[in-house]
Amino acid sequence: MGKFLHVFFSPLGLRRAVPQVWDGFQTNIKLMVIAEVLVLAFALLIAVVRGLPGRSAFPLRALAIVYTDFFRGTPLILVAYVSALGLPSLVIAVVSHQSLFVYGVMSLTLVYTAYVTEVYRAGIESVHPSQRMAARSLGLNYAQTLRYVILPQAIRRVVPPLLNDFIGLQKDTAIITVIGVTEALAQAGFYSNDFFSYAGYMVAAIFFVLLTIPFARFTDNLIKQRERRERAQLA
Amino acid sequence: MTDGGHFVTLAGVSKSFGDNVVLHGIDLSVDLHQVVCLIGASGSGKSTLLRCINRLEAVDAGTIVIDGQTITNGAVDVNSLRRKIGIVFQAFNLFPHMTVLQNITLAPRKARGLTKAEAEGTARELLARIGLQDKASEFPDRLSGGQQQRVAIVRALAMEPKLMLLDEITSALDPQLVSEVLNLVRELAQTGMTMILATHEMSFANEVADKVCFLDAGVICEEGPPAQIFTAPKEQRTREFLSRIIESGRL
Repeated sequence: MGKFLHVFFSPLGLRRAVPQVWDGFQTNIKLMVIAEVLVLAFALLIAVVRGLPGRSAFPLRALAIVYTDFFRGTPLILVAYVSALGLPSLVIAVVSHQSLFVYGVMSLTLVYTAYVTEVYRAGIESVHPSQRMAARSLGLNYAQTLRYVILPQAIRRVVPPLLNDFIGLQKDTAIITVIGVTEALAQAGFYSNDFFSYAGYMVAAIFFVLLTIPFARFTDNLIKQRERRERAQLA
Repeated sequence: MTDGGHFVTLAGVSKSFGDNVVLHGIDLSVDLHQVVCLIGASGSGKSTLLRCINRLEAVDAGTIVIDGQTITNGAVDVNSLRRKIGIVFQAFNLFPHMTVLQNITLAPRKARGLTKAEAEGTARELLARIGLQDKASEFPDRLSGGQQQRVAIVRALAMEPKLMLLDEITSALDPQLVSEVLNLVRELAQTGMTMILATHEMSFANEVADKVCFLDAGVICEEGPPAQIFTAPKEQRTREFLSRIIESGRL
């Protein structure tokens, strides 16, 4: 027990590790915030494309389906390797000359957009068809109906599962370490090599937990609030 | 023009869902300022007929001409067509994420291009007419069923339609809330609104209708003035339907 505490939680080790790991953790936060904003936007776009009616929209719909199927099935670590190592080797303009950070954001966005597209889609499908019918019968066109009637209701309903996916994304920013982005996990690794102490990993763990707990509680409360409201409506 | 001066003319309208023939060669004409009631058992095709008239459903065969415009060919602009036709549903279908005022002003603003102030002015006038001016900023779930349905009617009226389609608008209401909705429809009839109603309220149909059509299995079995349909129906099936209604105490 004493040895365990010494290796993982020595007070001196923890204290010394905090600034170094914090330095890396800021990168995790940046990865997370940028990726989340991009994911929210792209996923909404793809979810809307998947729902487009008519035969002429079939190629777009098919593309959206292929995209979500592919990236939901591919491990993030693989996507990260392919984008950070593969894309530069292509030597094409712009795509091949980005920083590792950008490749990291790209990998997270590609993978999580696929998940979040499905969340949005579930939300859109949960809005009763009679709402669409009512809007269209008032003379609103397809886009207006989507914008003012369907999406506001759909998005409200999927906020809790969206937040859940973002907790996943927050943690997965650590995977981006494998392509050489110096984030919290990387800094913890450097620290343990320099000081033969695992305290750096513990500090990183604490940072991640501190970031996700408020998020998780907030999500739980939101779900509970909603359930209460729905029960009140039934009564 | 082949509509002979009628405001709405349906000729040979048929509609199937898969193997299920819902409408089978419907002919019907409605004049301006006329109120036409569609009666008949559930599943007789009343709702589908209304939905064909504002192109929520496309017909399989036949033509529908409204205000001189044939709406059953592919070229028709359904959005501008629907701006002229209001429809109210059994289940109200108000937008739950919007206040009463937002529900009423959405389509006038976005589909007719009115400014927010213009649309809200009209909406408040309409709400005052139905005595719900103080509910303008409430959400629909705070309103009773009767209030919600009256808001739904006003929402359709805000588009200044030339024709109103009412699809069993009192069927989802508690009995004591039915009259407030019917009073509003009666008022509309008095102001000369052209209306087609699908209804189970026979005494109301008897009172407001200029013409009553009895639908049975997708066919207009009998049509005529209410006095004739309700007191001296010619067709056997109409008599059977009405006697069942009388037994259940609804006429």
